[in-house]
Amino acid sequence: MIRFENVTKVYPRGTRPALDKVSLEIERGEFAFIVGPSGSGKSTMLRLVLREESANSGTVLVAGQDLGRLPMRKIPRMRRQMGAVFQDFRLLPGKTVYQNVAYALQVIGKSSLQIRRTVPETLEMVGLGGMDKRLPHQLSGGEQQRVAIARAVVNKPMILLADEPTGNLDPAISLDIVRLLERINRTGTTIIMATHDDSIVNDLRRRVIELNEGRVVRDDEHGTYVPQSM
Amino acid sequence: MSPRFLLQEIWTGIRRNLSMTVSVVLVTMVSMYLLGLGLLAQTQADTMKGYWYDRVQVSIYLCTDTSLRPNCTSGAVTEEQKETLLAQLNALPEVQQVFYESEEEAYDRFQEQFRNSPLAGNIEIGDIPQSFRVQLEDPSKFGVVVSQFEGAPGVADIQDQERVLNRFFTVINYITLFSVLLAALMVLAAVLLMATTIRQAAFARRREIGIMRLVGASNFTIRLPFVIETVIAAVLGALLAFGLLFATVHYIFNRFLNRVVLDQALIGDSDVLAVAPLMFAGVVVLAVLTSTVTLWRYLRV
Repeated sequence: MIRFENVTKVYPRGTRPALDKVSLEIERGEFAFIVGPSGSGKSTMLRLVLREESANSGTVLVAGQDLGRLPMRKIPRMRRQMGAVFQDFRLLPGKTVYQNVAYALQVIGKSSLQIRRTVPETLEMVGLGGMDKRLPHQLSGGEQQRVAIARAVVNKPMILLADEPTGNLDPAISLDIVRLLERINRTGTTIIMATHDDSIVNDLRRRVIELNEGRVVRDDEHGTYVPQSM
Repeated sequence: MSPRFLLQEIWTGIRRNLSMTVSVVLVTMVSMYLLGLGLLAQTQADTMKGYWYDRVQVSIYLCTDTSLRPNCTSGAVTEEQKETLLAQLNALPEVQQVFYESEEEAYDRFQEQFRNSPLAGNIEIGDIPQSFRVQLEDPSKFGVVVSQFEGAPGVADIQDQERVLNRFFTVINYITLFSVLLAALMVLAAVLLMATTIRQAAFARRREIGIMRLVGASNFTIRLPFVIETVIAAVLGALLAFGLLFATVHYIFNRFLNRVVLDQALIGDSDVLAVAPLMFAGVVVLAVLTSTVTLWRYLRV
């Protein structure tokens, strides 16, 4: 589903590469953690998959498409096959829960009928049934992240990218969020989650890809994560 | 994107950036008003040309006893000379009509034209010489008459009204040039302001834009609301400019000036209507181009 072949990414003013000759493959339907300290290249990996950045060398393949060769005008369509959630939720503060999720469909031209059908069921799925009319600031952090997840999956993407989705949340809430991601994974969605939350990684026992200074230093099936003491 | 959703987006966009939108409207209004004035000044010039060229005459003043012209040293024009001149004038193909104006007629006409002026009292019969008023087929063929009759026996002086009118049209041309130049500067200001407004609007909506990009909205979808907002502001400005121009022509020109000057020679409401499509098409093109270029530079995928 996602393949990195010798991918190197250097940011314009970076002193060393953010990713240094990374090669790996993530299969369809997999749930993979990307771990490592800050600046190890976790976010860069996700940004490359989203084609927010492009690699300086090497190939990034998503669903068989070489993102480096994808023309600009085809990027939006490619992104419709992915969902993404972030540490800071990125909800629109003026819109209700329902509107936030519907927005993702409205801007890609879905009909209002489709929107009326899919948004409520997605909200139900993430556990926000009945909260349609709340505004983001009336929700807890965990609930806000659920809205963001609902928005990311409402268009039934093949891949869900999560960049530190629990970074702003309590441990208990964090676990709820990851359980939700697991449930989404069970419906066939490939999930890549960047995190440095070792307890979650250790609880779930999924594939763990550890990065350090832009290199893959470990890639374990059913792995654990012991952060190096700083 | 459904039309209703698009309208909502545009409405929130305008509301959030209202002061900038208003400034775009006003600057567009002023620039289009100036442009309109420039165009109307030209129309005015054309209208007047049409009007006056039908009436423009070449005056051939004849010698009098007191005439100091070198050609008149032999005294006043004789009847014989007049007849010769008239015959020659009538023989010219460029000449449409020739009128003879005696000294009495010249005096009367002067008294009539300057009845409100103290000048009228200072003139006596004989002060204005008798003349031939020549109406040409084409007023610009003035040179033919001059070359043929300058220095002819009995001719004191040849005056061309077209030359006087031309001076007036030159003034109008300068007015046009000036207002079009000012309009060009204002258009430049409008374009820069539109660009700044779009950048500010894009900044105000960076969250929405970020999410649209993330979920795979097309560039077209992301940019369309900005383009439409700019077009709306620009068209609103042009609409106000049109109203202002209409008022200027209708109330100031037609109500006020008509009483003073000949009304046939003035532009009217229909002339304003004639420049309107140009103004509207102009601002739409301007707004679309500016916003497209700005967004292309500023909003990358």
